[in-house]
Amino acid sequence: MKSSTYTYPDKSGHFGCYGGRYVGETLMSALMDLETAWNEAKNDPAFMGEFRSMLKNYAGRPTPLDFAERLSNHIGGARIYLKREDCAHTGAHKINNVVGQGLLARRMGKRSVIAETGAGQHGVATATIAARFGMSCKVFMGAEDVRRQAPNVLRMRLLGAEVVPVTSGTSTLKDAMNEALRYWVAEVENTFYIIGTVSGPHPYPAMVRDLQRVIGDEARQQMLDQVGRLPDLLVACVGGGSNAMGLFYPFLDDPCAMLGAEAAGEGLNTPHHAASITGGSPGALHGAMTYLLQNDEGQIQEAWSISAGLDYPGVGPEHALLHDLGRVRYDGVTDLEAVEAFKLLCKFEGIIPALESSHALAAAIREAAKRPKDQAILVCVSGRGDKDLDHITAYMKAHNL
Amino acid sequence: MNRIDQTFTSLASANRKALVAYLTAGDPDFDTSLQILQTACASGVDVLELGVPFSDPTCDGPIIQVASDRALKAGMSLSKTIRLAAELRRTVQTPIVLFSYYNPLFKYGLERVAKEISEAGVDGLLVVDLPPEEAGPLTTALTGKEIHLIRLAAPTTKPDRIRMLADGAGGFLYLITRLGVTGTGGLDYADVAKHAAAVKAVCPHPVCLGFGISTGADARALAPVADGLIVGSALVRVIAQAPADSDLPALVAAKIRELREGMDA
Repeated sequence: MKSSTYTYPDKSGHFGCYGGRYVGETLMSALMDLETAWNEAKNDPAFMGEFRSMLKNYAGRPTPLDFAERLSNHIGGARIYLKREDCAHTGAHKINNVVGQGLLARRMGKRSVIAETGAGQHGVATATIAARFGMSCKVFMGAEDVRRQAPNVLRMRLLGAEVVPVTSGTSTLKDAMNEALRYWVAEVENTFYIIGTVSGPHPYPAMVRDLQRVIGDEARQQMLDQVGRLPDLLVACVGGGSNAMGLFYPFLDDPCAMLGAEAAGEGLNTPHHAASITGGSPGALHGAMTYLLQNDEGQIQEAWSISAGLDYPGVGPEHALLHDLGRVRYDGVTDLEAVEAFKLLCKFEGIIPALESSHALAAAIREAAKRPKDQAILVCVSGRGDKDLDHITAYMKAHNL
Repeated sequence: MNRIDQTFTSLASANRKALVAYLTAGDPDFDTSLQILQTACASGVDVLELGVPFSDPTCDGPIIQVASDRALKAGMSLSKTIRLAAELRRTVQTPIVLFSYYNPLFKYGLERVAKEISEAGVDGLLVVDLPPEEAGPLTTALTGKEIHLIRLAAPTTKPDRIRMLADGAGGFLYLITRLGVTGTGGLDYADVAKHAAAVKAVCPHPVCLGFGISTGADARALAPVADGLIVGSALVRVIAQAPADSDLPALVAAKIRELREGMDA
């Protein structure tokens, strides 16, 4: 941040009325230790130097900023620029956060790591860093997602991780996180929990944002260097919201509009969506106060999205604040709109995006069509779509696309 | 005087320990649950913890998770849990502690929760995922009500924090005996005894032990080291494992007597 007008979270880990620590007492001590360790590490030039070095030499950063010329011409509106996180090692932005937390786990002397995963990208990234550091690794994954994301399950197992299918609740990301928390409570003294998004109890939302801000830091400089100006609009998909926070955060004091694309599933007017901000209300889940999909009596409701990585009934607490402040606009993108955007990027740019990222692309395309050609839209392609091919083929067949 | 305080005072003067029983509200359904709770209170339970079913019980093991699911599928909710407590209060004087995750309370409205549980005759509130740092709004809502906010301490809680928790506790302090979620057994009695003694030394309130206490033998070994024992999963398991058409209140009462006898031995 170049200015100090935005200083969230506060010392107690709150983003306005959101965030905080809503966990059982057993985890409080581990969270306080983690907060102390992270505060020391992020101010230690040796630690941050090693982090940057690994991002460069291991994760393959900086990722490119790419003008989607043919796609932009096809839409006929604003120019669309792609921040290519799909080019990072393991195929998604998730590696940025995991390199940082992996280094922190090692610094804290932890020999085993656990993670929850939805689409499998964070699980793969965690398994990757565990292999690199010689740590044992358990990944909790909803049984339904194990089925939907078979290639990533295979990758995690090849990398030496144990994939634990979770059959409680709805067998998706929410339940994987429940189970990871239960495991962590039992093994808290030796285990580092690598949370994959800007969610969970303090300090995770702020720590993950700080580790992912490299996306926005790079993109901002690349826009200035390659295009000679800042974008008029930033767009990213929001499940938990880590690629979006990573992109948005370094631009918060710039005169750039921001749009978070939530998964509208079969439509916001149906019960089948995962749009926690546009279709939910405030509550506490998985350690944080934020927007949730829930009924009138506070029971969490099942999220729905074609994209396993967005299929979550909550959102990072900082997004909840940015929504309330009006700094970021959040809008829904349906399954169908995402699949159509997916096809367009394949056809016009030779890039196969993840279904998660396709939600951001759909929102960017919608905005580009409304804006003049002299405007620039920067959209985060958070990951690549190889993992989704079986799933998307089945969807297109079922919908005659 | 709050029924929880009355109970611990009279138990202490009789040199007896409290049996605190957790049961999930509405498990397996509203009417059966009410019968089970009434029978439990007549069978040696000193304090009743009434669990509000929640869709995402991250602090609970499989037994209470499944009980929560059973109750939710039978239509249970926070409002019906409060109604259940009120029904129960018409026939029993046992102190009732509502045991909940924070989200159902928050969504329902904290002022409304405070008012309705107070009217229902609830004596305490224990919110398993609400550390004191986040408890300000709930504490404010409970101001002026005869309701204790029960605090928890864990094996990982450091000494200065134990003192902070103990000072702010109302009713009794819930001391978690072991790492992990509810319903996991295998307690090291000597370890637990040492931990309990350290906590009792700094806590001005009664200290009750919970997590992993499931048999008469556990009860017999641990009753001497604390002011009370909390049993949850072991009772809920009786409901889960009973054959169809069982007399559930009688089965739960039998388990309670086993624990009570262990404690009084």
